[in-house]
Amino acid sequence: MAYLDHAATTPVLPEVLAAYVEAAGRTGNASSLHASGRAARRAVEESRERIAEHLGARPSEVVFTSGGTESDNLAVKGIAWARRAAEPSRDVLLIGATEHHAILDSAHFMAERQDTTVVPVEVDAAGRVTRESLAKALTPYAERAALVSVMWANNEVGTVQPVPELAALAAEHGVPLHTDAVQAIGAVPVDFGASGAAALTVTGHKIGGPVGVGALLLRTDVACTPVLHGGGQERDVRSGTLDVAGVVAFALAVELAVRRRAEQSARVSALRDELIAGVRAAVPDAVLNGDPADRLPGNAHFSFPGCEGDALLMLLDAAGVECSTGSACSAGVAQPSHVLLAMGADAERARSSLRFSLGHTSTSADVAALLAALPGAVDRARTATAVKRPR
Amino acid sequence: MRVLAAMSGGVDSAVAAARAVDAGHDVTGVHLALSANPQAYRTGARGCCTLEDSRDARRAADVLDIPFYVWDMAEEFREDVVDDFVAEYAAGRTPNPCLRCNEKIKFAAVLDRARALGFDAVVTGHHARLSDGVLRRSVDLAKDQSYVLAVLRPDQLAGAMFPLGDTTKSEVRAEAARRGLAVADKPDSHDICFIADGDTRGFLARELGEAPGDIVDAESGEVLGRHDGAYAYTVGQRKGLGLGRPAPDGRPRYVLSITPVQNTVTVGPVEALEVDEVRADRPVWTNGSPDAAFDCRVQLRAHGAVFDATVQPTADGLVARLAEPARGVAPGQAIVVYRPDPAGDVVLGSATITEAVRTATV
Repeated sequence: MAYLDHAATTPVLPEVLAAYVEAAGRTGNASSLHASGRAARRAVEESRERIAEHLGARPSEVVFTSGGTESDNLAVKGIAWARRAAEPSRDVLLIGATEHHAILDSAHFMAERQDTTVVPVEVDAAGRVTRESLAKALTPYAERAALVSVMWANNEVGTVQPVPELAALAAEHGVPLHTDAVQAIGAVPVDFGASGAAALTVTGHKIGGPVGVGALLLRTDVACTPVLHGGGQERDVRSGTLDVAGVVAFALAVELAVRRRAEQSARVSALRDELIAGVRAAVPDAVLNGDPADRLPGNAHFSFPGCEGDALLMLLDAAGVECSTGSACSAGVAQPSHVLLAMGADAERARSSLRFSLGHTSTSADVAALLAALPGAVDRARTATAVKRPR
Repeated sequence: MRVLAAMSGGVDSAVAAARAVDAGHDVTGVHLALSANPQAYRTGARGCCTLEDSRDARRAADVLDIPFYVWDMAEEFREDVVDDFVAEYAAGRTPNPCLRCNEKIKFAAVLDRARALGFDAVVTGHHARLSDGVLRRSVDLAKDQSYVLAVLRPDQLAGAMFPLGDTTKSEVRAEAARRGLAVADKPDSHDICFIADGDTRGFLARELGEAPGDIVDAESGEVLGRHDGAYAYTVGQRKGLGLGRPAPDGRPRYVLSITPVQNTVTVGPVEALEVDEVRADRPVWTNGSPDAAFDCRVQLRAHGAVFDATVQPTADGLVARLAEPARGVAPGQAIVVYRPDPAGDVVLGSATITEAVRTATV
């Protein structure tokens, strides 16, 4: 089995799993006042400090959540609500055109139900938000903007955004910037404090940690209205009993991801380049999507002209190669990726795409397995696609 | 063999897939997404392509430990089944969309794609027997679906597998329960899957708009009432005519024919529905075209009665002379020709009914 879908989720690191199991065996609610509670709280706070240290944040800026989707919802809704409450004229959200659905759909919810205007921030053909493109979107709404949200690195095509530059521009207009960095941690350098971002999303399972735990790094001077109400945990911004074992494992995963980043990304990007070269040799008309240089080390995203991505995925799956079309499903039916459409691709090219994403367990053998299966799969998928759409 | 199991989310297709696995085939499950807007099609026992059905199909595939995918066939289904359904009604005929779906989607678009992807056959949960290219009725005559499969050409049948033909529906349910398939007691789907509320007339009115016209008495030519669209009527229909007064003889009136050009619905007494000669075109012969008239049995609608008949092949179809008169034979429905056989009646072919007439006097 060649697992080339690390962008979907990563294998849990053995040391992280051990830390999780060890912590999960202990009883204690971090909000309790007795000894068990104190022990749990200590584990949580040490984890908070560990995450802060490795991501350039202060411990008080770390708000634990259930993961990327929750952190994104909290950032978009919570910051927008708080800014609106302080300044009712701030009713515009500027949202990158290639954001994850956790951002896009939160913003659309605000537009539909909360009388908010959503302004897309366009990307170029490589999927990049430039300073100029943010300026173009932001300038007309500078007085009304409540929040800018632009992801650090794209989950489909792997394009890395110039977040510090964009955050600086937003700050010039007094607008906070949120960035979803779930794909970036451990892949490219991420320093929350230095980035100028007001809020940053991170999650455990993209970096060798467990699913179901993550954080929103949230500057203490940025007001954020809670989405979840209850016991007042996490600065009153995110209520809910903390998952101590999850937090402990997540923090270790963050530390390992950051400590191993340079070495790991060099190794993975070399493998990724081997994969790209091999795919191009095997399928000469394959198109590499995303920014050729500023991309995640583990990401290779191609369009295969004349192939439907879902047919290709099925054939590769049958050959033991696991990858993704990268785009969201509606009732299990792959929709043309909004990311590729935003980059100017037509629906056919968008539907013909596959994402191969490498990570900490990837080897040359995985790449070789893909390259062995790919030419036959592409031929078959082309025939099937031609059969399906002769109209 | 590498086989593709078309899994609707119902009990039949789940057990059919399971039997294909047991037979040693390399099975991949596929659920066909037939609606561009699946939620719209979700009501009780109706529909066969809701999100819930898709999840049921996936769960069954998980239990069988086979790969599972969803194939988007919404565009093909809309063009080849739904649009055809609407156009046929607009032309005054009564289509059978299940038959069209088998002919154009399951054993055409899906089978062709499956073959291109390296599969040898498509397995479905249809109740019919198929071996060596011979299609027979299911042992469960109440659930037999050979009528809606009789439209398949030999090359289509060559790529089809129906593992449930020797099993009754209740046995299928019991087997599903034994296998731990949660769909074991899921209700059967009824009616037309793409008309979620079961209101065919309302669906056609939305598609075609209202087209009021006259309801005319066959014998006197008198206008008896008005209708909102001739397309909403089917030959043999008695209910819903909305005639305000009884016929002079006090007996009920039935739809005898629909004339789209004049937009009239012609009604008359029940005996005027009786026909003994059925003409049909677009023939499909499962084992070569016969060259001379032959005795056989014919079925004129899904789950309808079976008639002894003599079938005469013609240049572009067939003429069937019935031993006993049939009532309510609607153009657009299929006439399916069977050869009686103690081991299960054999499908010889089918054609689309164009006209049904009375040649003998009662």
